[in-house]
Amino acid sequence: MTDRALAIVRAGALTTVQDAGRPGHAHLGVPRSGALDRPAADLVNRLAGNPPETAVLETTLDGCAVRPRSTVTVAVAGAPCRVTVDGRPVAWGAPVRVPAGALLDVGPALSGLRAYVGVFGGIAVEPVLGSRSTDLLSGLGPPPLADGTVLPLGRPVGVHARVDVAPQPAPPSELVLRVTLGPRDGWFTPGAVRAFVSRPYRVSSASNRIGLRTEGPALERARPGELLSEGMVLGAVQVPPDGRPVVFLADHPTTGGYPVIAVVRAADLPAAAQAVPGTPVRFVAVRRR
Amino acid sequence: MKVLPVGEDALLVEVSSGDEAQALHAELLRRRAEGTLSVREIVPAARTVLLDGLDAPARLAAELTAADLPAAPPRARDVVEIPVRYDGPDLAEVAAHWGVPVREVARIHGDTEFRVAFCGFAPGFGYLTGLPPRYDVPRRATPRTAVPAGSVALAGPYTGVYPRSSPGGWQLIGTTDAVLWDHARVPAALLSPGTPVRFVPEAGS
Repeated sequence: MTDRALAIVRAGALTTVQDAGRPGHAHLGVPRSGALDRPAADLVNRLAGNPPETAVLETTLDGCAVRPRSTVTVAVAGAPCRVTVDGRPVAWGAPVRVPAGALLDVGPALSGLRAYVGVFGGIAVEPVLGSRSTDLLSGLGPPPLADGTVLPLGRPVGVHARVDVAPQPAPPSELVLRVTLGPRDGWFTPGAVRAFVSRPYRVSSASNRIGLRTEGPALERARPGELLSEGMVLGAVQVPPDGRPVVFLADHPTTGGYPVIAVVRAADLPAAAQAVPGTPVRFVAVRRR
Repeated sequence: MKVLPVGEDALLVEVSSGDEAQALHAELLRRRAEGTLSVREIVPAARTVLLDGLDAPARLAAELTAADLPAAPPRARDVVEIPVRYDGPDLAEVAAHWGVPVREVARIHGDTEFRVAFCGFAPGFGYLTGLPPRYDVPRRATPRTAVPAGSVALAGPYTGVYPRSSPGGWQLIGTTDAVLWDHARVPAALLSPGTPVRFVPEAGS
């Protein structure tokens, strides 16, 4: 291996490689996958000097620590956190030069959940169906990082951004998810549909890259029986038998057999990626544009 | 045919049978290939076809509702043959459900012309139809925590082959060495919606 590599010193709770994912293969049972907070992933790429769909690291809750084997420019954004190089604080949300062999430590999230680490040249693991993303549901792409993993870095193709800091939305203290009802809202009682769009929910700690699970009023079915498996979209709000809505995120199954009461607007999903367990959630019904 | 909007840019088209779903799927693929349908994903399922990533979902919904879609016969495709050893742990249970001697399961299954109705659950996992309704079997009351890769299994009206080891509640009737999914291969999936499939009993099973 060349010196264009990144050694993982502390992998953290869950750090994965993510890019724009692998859309277009749902009919084969392949999830879309990709960075959950896409604007944050795009931003670290811009700051590090990469094209938008370059592979980055996505951390969960407690960050990670890495040691590049050559001097590289990196950028950290997404969940706000303390960033150090060999113990010295450096900027978050801005390009940072990390000397060869120095330790870049991305600290625990001060708010939000997922930090993104962009490296000039990008993470260059072997793509699967055109994407380097780790897909936790089906196991495609590289496995989640472990201490000691060494990741190859790509050859830089762009130039560094001339940006000092970039504005970013703060992680949500309340998650407001705009939804359009259907396709299976008719499977629920009118009271359940009203409760869904008017009562408060909370983000459950059982949430992951597959789905944002919620706690709150259980939604009552109007009709018994099973739905035959049907195709599922990103942002689908599926309601399993316990009645608690699950919002499908990037690693969601491509077909499923529980009714979908509504679909969250794509623009609201990045915030869902940063909502910590316990965050209040409101589903707000909007008309289709 | 019923067309249900899904979010901002997807439609779920519901039809009344699995055969209709396959014909609709074939017709939509044909339209995409000839360039008259712009869509990111076409996902057939049991009685539906999902169209995701549409440019003009409302217009297409109106068009699909107004005109009955011609049922394009599925294109002729090469039959994929999957060699099987009928040695699964649930073989006797399946035979009991079917009311036939155990050795008849291999014969009935091996004589059936299957077709991939849809995929899902895992990359490369196809839901295969073809067995007559009298051979439907229930899922196991308690799912197994690990079903070995290559297991040939039944549930409801479907036959499937586990592409890799995973939890599962289907009835296991056999084993194959066929590689269902290999992302280094083109195409990665041995089975895709519409593929005709035959299971070939291996000698001695």
